[in-house]
Amino acid sequence: MMAFQSVDTIRILPEIILSAFAILVMVLEPWVAARKSALGWLSLAGVIAAALATLKTAGSPGLAFGGSVSADGFSLFFVDLFLAIAALCLLGSIHYLERDRVHHGEYYALILLATVGACFMAASTDLIMIFIGLEISSISTYILAGFKRQELASNEASLKYFLLGSFATAFFLYGVALVYGLTGTTNLLRLREQAGGSPGAALAALALILMFVGLAFKVSSAPFQVWTPDVYQGAPAPVTAFLSTAPKAAAFAVLLRIFAGSLAGSGPVSFWVLWISAVLTMTVGNLAAIWQSNVKRLLAYSSIAHAGYVLVGITAGGAEGVSSVLFYLAGYALMNVGAFILVAHLAGRGERRVDVADYTALAAARPSAAALLTVFLVSLAGFPGTVGFFAKFYVFRAAVHAHLIGLVTIALLNSVVSVYYYLKIVVAMYMGEGETGVSAAAMPNALRAAVVLSVAGIFYLGLYPAPLLAALARIPKPGL
Amino acid sequence: MLQDYIPVLVQLIAVVAVAGGILGASALVGKKRPTREKLSPYECGSVPVGNARERFSISFYLVGMLFILFDVEAVFLYPWAVVYKSLKWFGFIEMFVYIAILLAGYLYLWKKGALDWSR
Amino acid sequence: MLAIFYMAAAVAVLAAMAVVFQRTPVYSALSLIVVLGALAVVYLLLDAPFIAMIQVIVYAGAIMVLFVLVIMLLNARPEEPTRGSRFAHWLGVPLLIVFLGEFSYLIFRRFPARAAPSAADASPEAIGHLLFRSYVLPFEVTSILIVVAILGAVVLAKKQL
Repeated sequence: MMAFQSVDTIRILPEIILSAFAILVMVLEPWVAARKSALGWLSLAGVIAAALATLKTAGSPGLAFGGSVSADGFSLFFVDLFLAIAALCLLGSIHYLERDRVHHGEYYALILLATVGACFMAASTDLIMIFIGLEISSISTYILAGFKRQELASNEASLKYFLLGSFATAFFLYGVALVYGLTGTTNLLRLREQAGGSPGAALAALALILMFVGLAFKVSSAPFQVWTPDVYQGAPAPVTAFLSTAPKAAAFAVLLRIFAGSLAGSGPVSFWVLWISAVLTMTVGNLAAIWQSNVKRLLAYSSIAHAGYVLVGITAGGAEGVSSVLFYLAGYALMNVGAFILVAHLAGRGERRVDVADYTALAAARPSAAALLTVFLVSLAGFPGTVGFFAKFYVFRAAVHAHLIGLVTIALLNSVVSVYYYLKIVVAMYMGEGETGVSAAAMPNALRAAVVLSVAGIFYLGLYPAPLLAALARIPKPGL
Repeated sequence: MLQDYIPVLVQLIAVVAVAGGILGASALVGKKRPTREKLSPYECGSVPVGNARERFSISFYLVGMLFILFDVEAVFLYPWAVVYKSLKWFGFIEMFVYIAILLAGYLYLWKKGALDWSR
Repeated sequence: MLAIFYMAAAVAVLAAMAVVFQRTPVYSALSLIVVLGALAVVYLLLDAPFIAMIQVIVYAGAIMVLFVLVIMLLNARPEEPTRGSRFAHWLGVPLLIVFLGEFSYLIFRRFPARAAPSAADASPEAIGHLLFRSYVLPFEVTSILIVVAILGAVVLAKKQL
């Protein structure tokens, strides 16, 4: 009889608290008629409670539920990252939903549940749990992408994301099935024990490739990135802020667990799959971003390019590579969430003002908004003083230490290209002449808090990266 | 193995035989007094002729979707029911939590009016 | 035994082809029911009666209801044949054949050597024990997944939110 102990529940306490708050928000939704923003604040309270719970979880690390989840430094880092993303997105959503007249409590419940799914993806050490986490986070985000039911673009985003996403999930599941058929287990830790004299290496490679395809879709790496611009453009912008960061980071966590961890024995195949994928992703993202005139679409291609840089770190591998990837994901989350929720506000009701041309002369009309947006863009481009610089620096350094000079050269060239399109917006804001097209509404306090917090994080990590990096270096990495 | 299913096969044959026998017998020996109403395909009054391909209300879809979700829930009850004695309180509590979460979903649906056709 | 398997397998493959080649969506959906039913027989032969019953109740029963409802909802008429993409024709078909060849080669090469998971494990009792011992967390988390789906159905399909 394996009646689990209370320590098992402590090890998934953040997820339990988040789920409880999500269910509470859902049940209260029909009762709360007038002030739906109360549900938003309740959700934020849930996120904070879950964040406090991670402290308790950190006090008793270890495996739980028969080895299907692991409460270690690695998973707790990701849980905290997802909670931070969720908090920023919630702050950026409350007034947005009111303004665009889609203020329904289900939104908040779905954001919390998507976060739960992402947390389970990062914390699980069993392929079945990973799959269920993947489904929870994916299905919630499919729905969120279509949350503006009256808008065709939103419907299209939801449908596209759903069709291609479920196809990708099927690939992942096929890989899992092959792994189980070959080894008789879905537990990553047990797989690692077996990996020594694993027969059927070719089939294992096939399983790896299938799982990689499923996850590559989620992180929108080339050639599985085609859906990204349409979905990011059509989805409500705060939702885009969420789905360009949390599910992406969760899929990277799983990639790290599978490729750097349990199935690492398969050698050159996974190395070259990662190498080629990194090069393609960076190049496609950056080259396509140059031609974009829609800001949301431009940021979508930029997020593809950033997935490519992260893949450079994963290809480098080793303790240093994994630390650099974790640092990158944290920095990327700050700048991308900040940029998208700010764009959501500036776009005005119905998100009509999303053209680069609309940002002309923004600095004259709204100096603070222009300055904040500039910080995000400059950080995305990787200028020194911002987190974007050190994020890239550590990833490239890890790759150099792993003797991937060719890969780093390509990545550096890509970074140079990317400066062009980020600065295109900055130049329009500061040097463009004429009337600015974006919304003149004052920034609501909740949104201002979220944006200022992200900017503070960008500068803090950009000027003092050492503490976080040292903490990441101490985290035990899966499979290393 | 497969022999275990012979009773099922026997029952299937019995069902077909009894149902066929009853229908056949009533067709052979029953009285037939056809009227116009009796001969119309739908006695409820639906118009039998016309294009079947008309658009249906989205409410059908919502009900169908909810039916599947609670169907899947019920599926999990079965393996639990056959072993719950050996699971003792542990199994009871686990299933209680599971059902409670879905009950919250049901409560939401009810209050939201998703089970109400007109809303 | 083997004869029944081949019959069920043949029915499944033929019906699956019918799903693809039928022009009328409702016929495709009905063919899919046949596929699912034939697969249920295969599961039964693999000594997995519980999975077989689930296949019939959930897939052939509930999910197919939804398929048919969606076809009615979309008011789908018979498909109109298009030219078809040349790209798919000249590149897709050969690639598909290569992929299938590779795949079956690997599966046939690798799998006979290994014992399949013990067939006796698939009774409802065994599944119950497995579900509440090794997989109790996935089981509980499934309820969260169902809640997400409830929210999704309401958000996307309810007339007034």
